[in-house]
Amino acid sequence: MAGVAGGNDFQWCFSQVKGAIDEDVAEADIISTVEFNHSGELLATGDKGGRVVIFQHEQECKNRPHLRGEYNVYSTFQSHEPEFDYLKSLEIEEKINKIRWLPQQNSAHFLLSTNDKTIKLWKIGERDKRAEGYNLKDEDGRLRDPFRITSLRVPVLMPMDLMVEASPRRVFANAHTYHINSISVNSDHQTYLSADDLRINLWHLEITDRSFNIVDIKPANMEELTEVITAAECHPNQCNVFVYSSSKGTIRLCDMRTAALCDRHTKFFEEPEDPSSRSFFSEIISSISDVKFSHSGRYMMTRDYLSVKVWDLNMENRPVETYQVHEYLRSKLCSLYENDCIFDKFECCWNGSDSAIMTGSYNNFFRMFDRNTRKDITLEASRECSKPRATLKPRKVSTGGKRKKDEISVDSLDFNKKILHTAWHPKENVIAVAATNNLYIFQDKIN
Amino acid sequence: MSEEIEGTKTTEETLVNDQNEMDDKVISPEKVEEAKLKARYPNLGHKPGGSDLLRKRLTKGQKYFDSGDYNMAKAKVKNKQLPAATSEKSGGGEITGDHIPTPQDLPQRKPSLVASKLAG
Repeated sequence: MAGVAGGNDFQWCFSQVKGAIDEDVAEADIISTVEFNHSGELLATGDKGGRVVIFQHEQECKNRPHLRGEYNVYSTFQSHEPEFDYLKSLEIEEKINKIRWLPQQNSAHFLLSTNDKTIKLWKIGERDKRAEGYNLKDEDGRLRDPFRITSLRVPVLMPMDLMVEASPRRVFANAHTYHINSISVNSDHQTYLSADDLRINLWHLEITDRSFNIVDIKPANMEELTEVITAAECHPNQCNVFVYSSSKGTIRLCDMRTAALCDRHTKFFEEPEDPSSRSFFSEIISSISDVKFSHSGRYMMTRDYLSVKVWDLNMENRPVETYQVHEYLRSKLCSLYENDCIFDKFECCWNGSDSAIMTGSYNNFFRMFDRNTRKDITLEASRECSKPRATLKPRKVSTGGKRKKDEISVDSLDFNKKILHTAWHPKENVIAVAATNNLYIFQDKIN
Repeated sequence: MSEEIEGTKTTEETLVNDQNEMDDKVISPEKVEEAKLKARYPNLGHKPGGSDLLRKRLTKGQKYFDSGDYNMAKAKVKNKQLPAATSEKSGGGEITGDHIPTPQDLPQRKPSLVASKLAG
């Protein structure tokens, strides 16, 4: 797979944008998760209104092979609805926190979607045939009088317009006291884990009335609480291994073969901190908002407020690579704390070959880092750069006193335009970027 | 330097001090930001990532109902002479007394009836 930036033969260009153009964004329309399935044929989004929209990659047009196909709506459904827990006086948001696809095993597609409290397994199936010629009912569905039936016939399957149906197959509820932040399907294709602020549970996909608690960091006395779980993921090919990250910037790798309750980690990843540089903000900005294994399973990547770090699973004492996302924000931490932006949870993702990583920033900027060339690029998801197949121009934030033409100063950045969720196609250079209520799809220019 | 008059410095010393201050600013912008924050909020606790912040995070979305407050507020509406309840609350500073959460007042939490605009 080609590199990320700078090469003569590689450039990102605009492909599509989905969503409304209105200035007034309804809260429900804010996209809260984006995920390609394992083949990249399907792209799912979840929003704050509890809805899931799935796009399908159309086959390329045979007449114009230099154009990649587009993603068009395949299915949309209401996954979660708002609830009120009267016992605890707790409002349960319908916002979809995460969607994870199951590997495809038959013609139907399955995904897990979760809000703060409940995980659901959805089946998305196609129906393109309909049986006609029933014995007991008419073509319009009215029941026939059984005494009037004098002969039997075998119903025949007739083609019909393609119908895509989404149906909830399992509901995994009542296992989390705190808010679910992650779900991850295991490589055994039978189990998955779900993590909230203090606990991680292991589920079997077929069993909804029971789950195993595998991590519990709740202290006996809540006054002693010092950290919470921020993300968790199963290893891509070792079904006994998973990791979870914390609000203190550490990652713990656990092996489920060692004990039923994995409170004691097998590996503990932490970068040493220079005590003299410690400030009020140090712990807050070190909180890890996302952790993702590389496809190879050899590395993992963590995102904290200002940087992305790549860790070698064989080395616990420091990351092997650190990439600065928006270091210029370090001198704005006071105002970012006051407007709560310092608590924004950015996600990160690998490309299919693990040679590049991507993460979002503010002002609808997103950043990509090429691990081989060490080049990085900042791009913007905006309607201004949305002409079909228009090449995206690299953006730059000016940090010093002198602002060059085309650069934007730190003080002009729009902190309400956050790109928290991005996804990279597992095989091709196609990326999906969620900019508040709009979904942008970019791809590389095929020369 | 004991001979110096209080309040004055030699030019050299001033320059050196300025340089040190500048170095501090260059070396740790975080500390500058921290100072700004402490200046604006002098009562900010000294455990920044500690249990207060985390517990606030854990109880996100929680709405409290206090039946004592509810009855007091109901009585207050009936009889306006009753003194207002004190607003001091433990554990998070939530004021519950004046808001009577009657079922009619709770906003209807309906699911989105409109299809997502992404599918439009």
